[in-house]
Amino acid sequence: MTADRTAAPAAAIRINGVDYPVPADPRVSLLDLLRETLNLHGTKKGCNQGACGACTVLVDGERIVSCLSLAVQHAGRSVTTIEGLASEAGLHPLQQAFIEHDGFQCGYCTPGQICSAIGMASELQRGVPSHVTPDLAADHIAPTHDEIRERMSGNLCRCGAHNGIIAAIRGTYAEAAE
Amino acid sequence: MSIVNEAKQAVRGAAMDVMEKAVALAPDSWMPGGEPDPLIRARHGSIGASIPRIDGPLKVRGAARFAAEFALDGMLYAALMFSTVPKGRIATLDTAAAEAAPGVALVMTHRNAPRMKPMPLFMTAEKADGGDNLPIMQDDRIHWNGQPIAVVLADTQEQADHAVSLISVTYEAEAALTSLATAKAKGTEPGLFLGQPLKAEKGDADAAFVNAPVRVDRRYSTPRHNHNAIEPHAATVAWQGDKLIVHDASQAVQHTAWSLGDVFGIAEEQVHVTSPFVGGGFGGKCLWQHQVLGAAASKLAGRPVRIALSREGVYRMIGGRTLTEQRFAIGAEPDGRFVALIHTGVAPTSRQNAFPEPFILPTMSSYGSPNIKLDVETVHLDMLANTFMRAPGESVGTFAMESAIDEMAVALGIDPVELRILNQPTEDPLKGTPFSSRHIAEAWRAGAERFGWSQRNPTAASMRDGEWLVGMGCATATYPYHRMPGGAARITLTRDGGARVEIAAHEMGMGTATAHTQVAAERLGLSRDQVTFAYGDSTLPGVVLAGGSQQTASIGASVIAAHHGLIKELLKLAGNDSPLAGLSADEVGTVNGGLAKLDDPSRHESYVSILTRSGRDHVAVEGSASAPLETMHWSMHSFGALFCEVGVNSVTGEIRVRRFLGSYDCGRILNPKTAASQFRGGIIMGLGLALMEETQFDERNGRVMNPSLSDYHVPVHLDVPEIDVIWTDIPDPRAPMGARGIGEIGITGVGAAVANAVFNATGKRIRDLPLTLDKLM
Amino acid sequence: MTPFDYSRAGDVAEALRLGGAAQAKFLGGGTNLVDLMRETIERPAALVDITRLPADIAEREGGGLLIGAAVRNTALAEHPAVRRRYPVLSRAILAGASAQIRNMATVGGNLLQRTRCPYFYDDAGSRCNKRNPGQGCDAIDGFNRNHAILGASEACVATHPSDMCVALAALDAVVHVEGGHGKRQMPFGELHRLPGDRPDQETTLQPGELITVIELPSQSIAARSTYRKVRDRSSYAFALVSVAAALKLDGGKVKDVRLALGGVAHKPWRALKAEQALRGGEATAEAFRAAAEAEFTDAAPLRDNAFKIELAKRTITAVLAELAGDAR
Repeated sequence: MTADRTAAPAAAIRINGVDYPVPADPRVSLLDLLRETLNLHGTKKGCNQGACGACTVLVDGERIVSCLSLAVQHAGRSVTTIEGLASEAGLHPLQQAFIEHDGFQCGYCTPGQICSAIGMASELQRGVPSHVTPDLAADHIAPTHDEIRERMSGNLCRCGAHNGIIAAIRGTYAEAAE
Repeated sequence: MSIVNEAKQAVRGAAMDVMEKAVALAPDSWMPGGEPDPLIRARHGSIGASIPRIDGPLKVRGAARFAAEFALDGMLYAALMFSTVPKGRIATLDTAAAEAAPGVALVMTHRNAPRMKPMPLFMTAEKADGGDNLPIMQDDRIHWNGQPIAVVLADTQEQADHAVSLISVTYEAEAALTSLATAKAKGTEPGLFLGQPLKAEKGDADAAFVNAPVRVDRRYSTPRHNHNAIEPHAATVAWQGDKLIVHDASQAVQHTAWSLGDVFGIAEEQVHVTSPFVGGGFGGKCLWQHQVLGAAASKLAGRPVRIALSREGVYRMIGGRTLTEQRFAIGAEPDGRFVALIHTGVAPTSRQNAFPEPFILPTMSSYGSPNIKLDVETVHLDMLANTFMRAPGESVGTFAMESAIDEMAVALGIDPVELRILNQPTEDPLKGTPFSSRHIAEAWRAGAERFGWSQRNPTAASMRDGEWLVGMGCATATYPYHRMPGGAARITLTRDGGARVEIAAHEMGMGTATAHTQVAAERLGLSRDQVTFAYGDSTLPGVVLAGGSQQTASIGASVIAAHHGLIKELLKLAGNDSPLAGLSADEVGTVNGGLAKLDDPSRHESYVSILTRSGRDHVAVEGSASAPLETMHWSMHSFGALFCEVGVNSVTGEIRVRRFLGSYDCGRILNPKTAASQFRGGIIMGLGLALMEETQFDERNGRVMNPSLSDYHVPVHLDVPEIDVIWTDIPDPRAPMGARGIGEIGITGVGAAVANAVFNATGKRIRDLPLTLDKLM
Repeated sequence: MTPFDYSRAGDVAEALRLGGAAQAKFLGGGTNLVDLMRETIERPAALVDITRLPADIAEREGGGLLIGAAVRNTALAEHPAVRRRYPVLSRAILAGASAQIRNMATVGGNLLQRTRCPYFYDDAGSRCNKRNPGQGCDAIDGFNRNHAILGASEACVATHPSDMCVALAALDAVVHVEGGHGKRQMPFGELHRLPGDRPDQETTLQPGELITVIELPSQSIAARSTYRKVRDRSSYAFALVSVAAALKLDGGKVKDVRLALGGVAHKPWRALKAEQALRGGEATAEAFRAAAEAEFTDAAPLRDNAFKIELAKRTITAVLAELAGDAR
């Protein structure tokens, strides 16, 4: 991913490095802007209620659910979607790990899982605790199996690829950290 | 279903009975599988290789295109309005404000919808796959709470959704039957499936049970479930003249094309259904009213239409699994041998379909007993048509069966693994046909060893880890081998040495495309990158439902047929100037990129050479699979031995599954990587069934009250432990490739394995799913 | 979603001016409001985006913290001062929703979450006094596993869904509000209402009033505090029962205690009866259980939720025992 160092213009939403005007209809969610206006269908709509995580994208590096977010709220922000992760050199390491660990079946929740895991990795690195963190005061939080499963619990998978998803994330982030 | 239809089905059923007996008695060699598939002998090639999914790179980049992701020029977005009463008629309907709303192109109701026939109900014809057989927006009648009553088309989804909220409607409600207790009080009727009563009897089970020295007689219940594929149902629809194009999320493209043709009075060739990727199906993605409504509205508006259901819309108009109330009674000798098995109960269904959840299915083949009585009764409620959901019958039937076996093991003081092995039948318990391949005892032994079953304390409530009570339980998984008629495939070899295998099958995440690329490469003697597997399009050959765990067998048998034809065709093209000259088709096989004499591989000519010499760019051969008689001649089933360790919180009753192991006997495993995912996926859906899943149907008015993924709980990552999966990998000689299909067995038995572990942890026996904490307080 | 005008406020004054328009609503992270608008339960004519208002967490003079209402839930939960001095607050936030939603949701918005009662959400098909005062309540005789056991009325048995608010109730937080008539402050316990006969009125805020700051007083007791949430799956579910507690011992006796409950009432429930029973008493499991019993003498179970009374008592007892164990 190549980061554009300049900030997005105040009236535009920067998506995967390209600036787009905010929609005229303020009802348009960030998710629908991506899917219906920009034809970036990689971000998925699973519930449109913030309950499944399939629509997870990164806004200024933080993971959010794009379905509960109005697009106009993101003027001046920089959004990264699943389409923005691979470079010309190839897939993002996490994308590659999902293939190797069979971290999906139907593939519908997959972009959300991957974007969520990338956001999660930076939260962990920053020291954000979770519900299962034993010691809130600790500066360093070990990326244990429980930590990763709890932090990924906002992304549902119905095919049951959970083991592969967690293995792919641990293989990419936790093992490197350990 | 009409009386005429029922009579027709009864006749068909009687004829089937006669044929079934004849097939059972015929010699093995007459049967498909009588001559085992030669690929079973291939041990070191593509089959059995743990290769990653071939669609993986597309899926991880978000580049796999799903049904709601076809953007068509001039496309309108659809939004639906649903009824709020279970029965009655629409009294007033005011659509003026919606029609006047910005961006609205059409409001379709029963007043202006085009004339259409009801959907042909699933299984009433070879290619029928409608979820119900009601008139769709043809009159003012309401048949269930949640029935679509209006479609709005607008330039954007926001406009369409808003316009729906401007429609005002009132109803003349009629008395509806939405309470199970009320319906049962009026009397039950025999449950029918395909016109046949869901009943079986052998010996005199009632008498044997009463006289048995050791008896267990319990009632179990399972609630309604929804599939909850993460991709909501969607179709992008366009008419080109009188041709209908549907980009669908479908596990039955051929069925849907034919059925939509029937609805609109056009030939099935005029309907083109594509479904290259499906975001999960689990039985829920066949033909429901939304595709019909989308096509009808598109026809009226004269523009393409995207109809993508909201999550609530999925709950309102796509049926799920119905509930069951089951009795399971076992009579046994003191040594543990069963003398009577009784599995009966009630599963409600709707009036517009006929599918009482066949929970007796697992009991038909799992254990031997001289006396067996099985019976599914039903009542009809005014509710959304229920339907197939992963392992219909077995998923919930095994909860009762395997809980009761555990209760019997406790009553007898026998280890539950040993009790199950002791009661293994030597032939099909009801039909008396031989098993094609049954290695469940090996699966039990291997699983017990690997799980550490010997560490279990058989005394309940005797293991503790801090605040957590710990227990282990086990259960049997079982699912039959199926192969449905109608399979056909086309193989095309091209002069560049590549092959294309085409069949109207489906990839919903099972790994179909990957596994069958492997199989085709092996069968044709090619490398995997030389083979393209095409599927998910109704213009391709074959009627192959992604259901009943039978796609692998159906595709396998179809490709075998095409392969036979291909050899013949290639021999013809090879002619007399080939090293193969003079050989007949049965002396020749496909190896090493060409044809070769089976017992003399040096007589070989490559496909490229044959095509080049004969001046052909390609050769294409289509073959149709033989009728699936093997399932009548042999008793064909997959099995699994499940082991579970749970912790139950002594303060709150919360259950955490700590470890889970599935040890399976499902024939040959084609791709260990994708197969392990299939097993795990089923087990995880089984954990949902065990612990939390329930569609809340308000019996006061027949309304689903948790139509969202925040209120209907499915397992999240933290609920899912690392799941260990092993298998016997013993090929079934009677199945194509030796593989029996693994899509559904994973969910079976899991509910009981968890409940039995909870009993071992706490001494509390929970007989009503899901196992929520209040039941353990 | 009904059409609306969107505007973004750069400061509180602008927010108040814009928010003074008829049927205007303030928009935070949108995690609840956008959903309710899509369900047509909320139909504001104008949305005033307040997510760009100052989002600071500052030290309060004389101890304590001042938390800007636009602070995101994650930012509050991860703040070092909160983690060290008010662990119950971090724990409560982290027990709620998903990481994505915590990254979006603002502190002010979290306070104003509306109930997750399914009959409230079913605008088309169910009766609800909260949506339509006087219409009736379909939850009272319907599915009510998640509903109130304390403080409910014949009009409404809904519960407040927030986890964070349970901690704030225990911590004696103070809510700073600004409106057309100036600034005011109120104890946290006065923000939310019990349903009574007007369950549509969920808070004591006046139209156009904006929550600007949440003030956490200095509380030495809060350093030994925790939050326990019991739910139907291990993560990402609303509470059946939750307990926020802080405990200070003096020898074997309870010197001071803070106790609040979630999932049991129309508002975050400060367990004052239990606190009273505990203060000065023995710090034993029996005393903790007796205090929990005292809190539930007036509990009124519905068809599906009687278990929550025992669940809450057990959870309170266990949480206090855990804190007492840590303190010894």
